This record gives sequence, structure tokens and C-alpha cells, in this order.
Amino acid sequence: MTLLGQFALWVALLLAVWSATVAFSGRWQGREELRRSISGAVYGTFAALAVAALALWKGLVTHDFNIEYVAAYTSRNLPSGYIVSALWAGQKGSLLFWALVLSLFASLAQVLTPRRYAALLPYVAGVTSAVTAFFVCTMIFAANPFERLPFTPADGRGLNPQLQNPGMMIHPPMLYLGYISITIPFAFAVAALLSRSLDTGWIHAIRKWTLVSWLFLSIGITLGMWWAYVELGWGGYWAWDPVENASLLPWLTMTAFLHSVMIQEKRGMLKRWNLGLIIGTFLLSIFGTFITRSGVIASVHSFTQSNVGYFFLGFLAVSGVLAFTLLYTRWPSLRAEVQLESMLSREAAFLFNNLLLVGVAFSVLWGTLFPILSELVRGSKITVGPPFFNRVNIPIGLLLLALTGVGPLIAWRKASTANLRRQFTAPVTTGLVTLVGLLASGMRDFYAIMALALAGFVAGTIVQEFWRGVRARRRMHGESVPLAFSRLVARNRRRYGGYLVHVGVLIYFVAFSGMAFKREMEATLKPGQSVRMQSPFGHTYTLTHMGVSQFEALNRIVSAATVSVAKDGKPEGLMTSEKRQHVDSFKRPTFEPSTEVGIRSGLQEDLYITYAGSVNGTEEAVYRFTINPLVWWLWFGGFVLVFGGVVTMWPGGGPTVAAPRRAVAGYEVALVGGGPE
Amino acid sequence: MKAGHKFLLGAAAIVVSVGFLIAEGVKETGVYFLTPSELAAKTQADPTFYDVGLKMGAKVVPGSVRRAPDNRQIDFEVSDGAKTYPVTYRGLVPDTFTDANDIEVIVEGRLGRDGVFRATEVLAKCGSRYDAAYEKSKKA
Repeated sequence: MTLLGQFALWVALLLAVWSATVAFSGRWQGREELRRSISGAVYGTFAALAVAALALWKGLVTHDFNIEYVAAYTSRNLPSGYIVSALWAGQKGSLLFWALVLSLFASLAQVLTPRRYAALLPYVAGVTSAVTAFFVCTMIFAANPFERLPFTPADGRGLNPQLQNPGMMIHPPMLYLGYISITIPFAFAVAALLSRSLDTGWIHAIRKWTLVSWLFLSIGITLGMWWAYVELGWGGYWAWDPVENASLLPWLTMTAFLHSVMIQEKRGMLKRWNLGLIIGTFLLSIFGTFITRSGVIASVHSFTQSNVGYFFLGFLAVSGVLAFTLLYTRWPSLRAEVQLESMLSREAAFLFNNLLLVGVAFSVLWGTLFPILSELVRGSKITVGPPFFNRVNIPIGLLLLALTGVGPLIAWRKASTANLRRQFTAPVTTGLVTLVGLLASGMRDFYAIMALALAGFVAGTIVQEFWRGVRARRRMHGESVPLAFSRLVARNRRRYGGYLVHVGVLIYFVAFSGMAFKREMEATLKPGQSVRMQSPFGHTYTLTHMGVSQFEALNRIVSAATVSVAKDGKPEGLMTSEKRQHVDSFKRPTFEPSTEVGIRSGLQEDLYITYAGSVNGTEEAVYRFTINPLVWWLWFGGFVLVFGGVVTMWPGGGPTVAAPRRAVAGYEVALVGGGPE
Repeated sequence: MKAGHKFLLGAAAIVVSVGFLIAEGVKETGVYFLTPSELAAKTQADPTFYDVGLKMGAKVVPGSVRRAPDNRQIDFEVSDGAKTYPVTYRGLVPDTFTDANDIEVIVEGRLGRDGVFRATEVLAKCGSRYDAAYEKSKKA
């Protein structure tokens, strides 16, 4: 099977090179058969890579431990779900997975793009094929998943226990899908630049793609937080680790892009900025892979390191130089059609939103690279950690949260005092009431209070929007409230789906603010001994150590420590935290021992227990107990955000009137005064 | 003043404040990341370089780990081959921290004038032990 896989990789490489070469040569113009061969080669690349992936899957499923990749990431006693997901568990396999999905997306872009953008497609194929070719080259020449060993081990090494978590079957592919799908909008941007069709056409063509990749990134990041929370055992979900930061960077610039394209669609401004943003987002997605794979910065994800990173560094440099040079050569034809009229306008709110998002991205990038930068410039390595990122990003984040309320409600072009009063009286009141309520309840953490009060303000704006929409439908059509509500959303998916996404975002902020009130204690307990803990919501937990039991499971030897929990004097059952020593089928230990935490999740707070080991092999156990307020809301916010995103993207629903509306707006602007530059 | 100019002022204000937050953040929270030899050189050049928050990356000296009976204090030595420092840490160490050969750790804390490094955090890099054994078996 490895022979077939190898062969398929070479076929994929040749097809991708063909497609890219023909596309960029421009010879296809006026030659239909050449033009067809470009998209044909894209589909062929996908087919070849699918064969390669199936070949590797066959090796995994049949335990062909002569294949180095199979021996390195699976073992006979590994549960079958992890054998299937082992395709993307390791570096080489994940490169194959990446190339496969990219070629799938590239094919879909060729098939699904409406005919009116057909002129862009050969160039789009060229870009996607060039990127695919890079990935396949990296596999063939540096990280071949089909490499064979000189001997056949009796058993494989098995999967790192920290990756043996159901979340890990979907967290990496979701992030990859996000990273990979960014290539499609980037390809359209480059195609627009190359073909000089620099109107808003390319932006309409990629709207769904940008939403798709933003959604996958959001899901991937949230699942990553969940994995860190349940698997890493330190009691939190975000540590500003370089790899976490690397996934946040393209998400931030993509979020900025989703907002700024609305300004280009409606007003014809920000053309250069948008192209710069999408190029930057693509480069950040490659940079993220580089950080993850190269290990240049120490990280909890160090199990993924190798020298493949330097292939990525080279690719990053080349594609960055090419894309920005191309943008520079088209600079004069990317003038804004109108100018900003007032600081009190939706345009201005969106511009500030963009600046702040890019500011966050810059500070995260700076903090992540600071050890390298300081060593280059000053000769000594200086690192910054969570205190730095929190210090810089909490204030900016709060400003962004405030703009989340302002942006969607303030008028385009220039807001009148009447508009401001009509839109913001109720929400500002909500925010102030929240603020007073929190102060009265005795809360004193400045940032948490600000976050919750601003969340109140934003919630006020959104509820007001829904309420007004429903009321209008009831007046016009006499519908019942639920019917009016569902039709309102169904007929204006982009707008109300967007509001739902904002609801998700503000729930995230509420959950983040909860972590300001985290409580933690460590205790060494003999069986029968107990400790008390006071939660920030005023509950008293009594935690009694019941004992440690040892047993063997499928692929591990487990020591499980059990705690009996009572909340405010009422028994709440047992919780268990485990130390696991994974073993192979000959009972030899593989990997270091790992900890499985016990979590009891509630609407107010999570009780999180970590068994840190026993004293001298007795049943006297060392524990860390953590109370994490409002964590449940983070996962709930994730659901709301994804639901809102899906509503926004759902096909149909409301006329797409963006283009004519923009023309009208431009005309009016010319009459008012501030004509084109 | 035109709106465009006002916006530029606002944008400049944002850029300056983000820049300020970053510069201030680095100044207030940035810590040196040193090897034991570099730390020794620093304290020699600057005798006041004690009780300064810093991170040190080194290997745990095999067999140097002493755990307190309650399992909550741990003493060990770290070295880069040239210079060795005793480290004391009160708290729970991560799973990957073991007595075995060649465990790389990053300790965060302060070097006291008595020459003992008091760690407030211990990070262990994912075990190279099994990897090394695995790489060896692959070549066998």
C-alpha cells in the first residue's frame, strides 16, 4: 500500500504543478481545452490525494507497523476511534490530511463558484494548486508518511495519552479546516489582483468561504480550550501558549476582514486594507503551522516538533513577498470610491473595530515572538507570559466589546443626534443598571465589572433590535410573536445571524470575566479527612478523600483517587481523578504518566479536582482543588456563536441587494460633498 | 476638521496606546530567560542580580530529586553541563517531571543570595526519554 501511496503523492504533485504553471502562464486565455485542463488537474489532485489518504488509513487499520508513521502513532491496544483519527495525530499524516482537504476545497471552489466569477477561476486554481504542491513537496522530501522501517516492530508506540481524548479527534481537524479554508479567499484575492477585476466581485464570490473558515477556526479554538481544560489539568483553558496564540492570530484578522468587507460592499472603501487583511490572514495561517511544527518557541504542543518548520518558513517568506508585491503593483487602481464623512458613523465604528482587532493580533504576535526578537536585538532572551497578554489585551478587548454594541446600530455615513438617542438610550440604561447592580452586590474586580456592564449594554442593543424587528412584523403581517421572530431571522439571515454571533461573543466575555474569581487550594489528605472550600458564589464545598484504587484498563494502569463532595452540607456524590500509566500490549510503560481530572460542571461554577499523586505509595493523596466560575458559559457561548454563524451562511433568505444599494449610497455621497479622493 | 483627519487622529491614538500597552507590558512583566551559565555570568557582572524574577531553562540532574514526605515540596538540581543550581519548589509538579535522564525543565522564580533558586513554577518539556529510546530502537 505504501507504494500506491507514494505513487499517488507524485501524481498529485505533477497535477498540481501543471495546474499552477498553466494558470499563471496565462496561455489558457482563448484556449478552452487548456483552461479546462487547469480545473481538471485540480480535481485530479484531489483524487490522487484521496488515494494516498486511503492507503495510509489502510496501513493504520491493518496495524502495518513496518510503516514508521503507523508504528509511531498507534498500537494494537489503541481504541479504534483513535486509529482512524491517527491520520492527523502526527505531523506527516496531518500534512497529508491538510493537502487532501485543501485539494477538496480547491475543487469545491471550482465547482460551486457562480458563473459570473468564472474569469477568476483559473487564477484561483493556480494559487490553490501552488499551495497544494508545496504541501505535497514537503511530504515527499521531508516528512513522508509512507516511510518504511528497516524492521517490523511487534507493536506500535501508541498515541500520546494527552491526545487520547474524544475532543482530540475533532479539535485538530476543525482548526486545520479553518486554516486550510483561508487559502480559498486568499486565492480569490490574488486572482482579482492578477486579472485586474478589482471591483467587489471577488468579495461576493468568497463571502461564504470567509464565513466557513472563520467558523471552523472558532470551533477549533473553542475545542482547543475545552481540550486544555479537561486534559492538561492545570485548571484553566487558555494559557497564552505560542500554539494557542498562533491559532488566535488568523481568527483575529479574519474577524476584522468579515467586518471590513461590509464597508467595501456598501461604500466602496477599504479596498487596499481588505486585500492586505486577507493576505495577512493567509500568511498567519501558514505562520501558525510553522510555530506548531518547528518548535522554535517552547510550548505545551512540543510533541509536534520537527525541522519541517523551516520548509514553512521559506514558503511563508516567498508567498508573503509575492502577494504583497502584487498588491503594490495594483495599488493605484484600488482607490476608495468615497471618503469617511463623520466619526459618528458605522464606517468609523467598523474602522476602529478593525484597528483594535489588528492591534490585538499585533500584540499577540509581538508577545509570542518576543523571546526571539529580544535575543536578536539585545542578545538576551526575554519572555513574556499570561500577565503581559492579559494586561495588553483586556483593555483592548473591552473596547471591542463596546464597539460590538455600537457598530450594528449606528447609522451609515453620519449619525444624527436623534439616531443616537433612538438607538442607544435603552441599551446604555441596561449597561448602567448592570453596573450599579454589580457594585451593589459587592463585586470589586474592575475589569470583570466593566466586562459584565458592557455585556449588558451589548445585550441591550441586540434585544432591542430583535424586539423592534418582531414588533414591525407583527404590525405589518399580524403574526404571533414566535412566528414573527422566526420569520424575522429567516428573512434577514445575514443580519440576525450576525447578532446571534455577537450574543455568543458576549457570552464568551461573561465566561472570561468569571475566571477573575477563580479559587484554588492544594491539600494532602488521608482517607476520611476532608477540607472545606468557599466558592465565589457563596457555596461551601466539603471535600472528603475516600481512598485510592488501582486497576488495569485496555491500554493503561490506573490509580484513581475518589473524593466525596458535599455542597452547602448536602451530599453531591463522588468525583474521581486518575493517574494513568499507559502501557503497550506487553504491559511495558509507554509515555510518562498522565492525569485525568475530575470535573463537575454547573451554571454557576465548576468544581475541578486534580489528583497529584500519593505520599510514599500510601492511600494518603495530594490534591489540587479548583473552583472555576462560569466556565460552562464558555462552551454554551461557543454553541450560540456557531449557531449564529450557520444561520448567517444558510443558503437563500432575503434578496442579495448589496451591489445596487452600494451604487445608490455612492451617488448620494457625491451629492453631499466628500466625493472620491 | 474633516472626518478623515479626525479618524486619522483616532487611529493614531489607538496605535499609540496599543504600542504603549505593549511597551509597558514588556517592561513590567518581561522576564529574562537564561541558562544556568548565563545566570552565573549575570550575577558575576552585576552583584545586585539576585531576587529578580526570571526563567531558567536547564536539565534536571538525574537522581537529584528529593520530594518532601507530603509530596508538596520538591528539591532538585538543574544544570546545563557547565553550571549547576539547586532549586526548591513548593507546589505540584507536572506529570512530565520525572527523575529520569535528560528531562528539560523551565523553572520560573528568583535566585536567592544563598545560591538557591526558589521556583514559583516548574514546566517540564514533554519527555524526550521515550522519544530517545524509540529513536534508538528504530535504528537498531
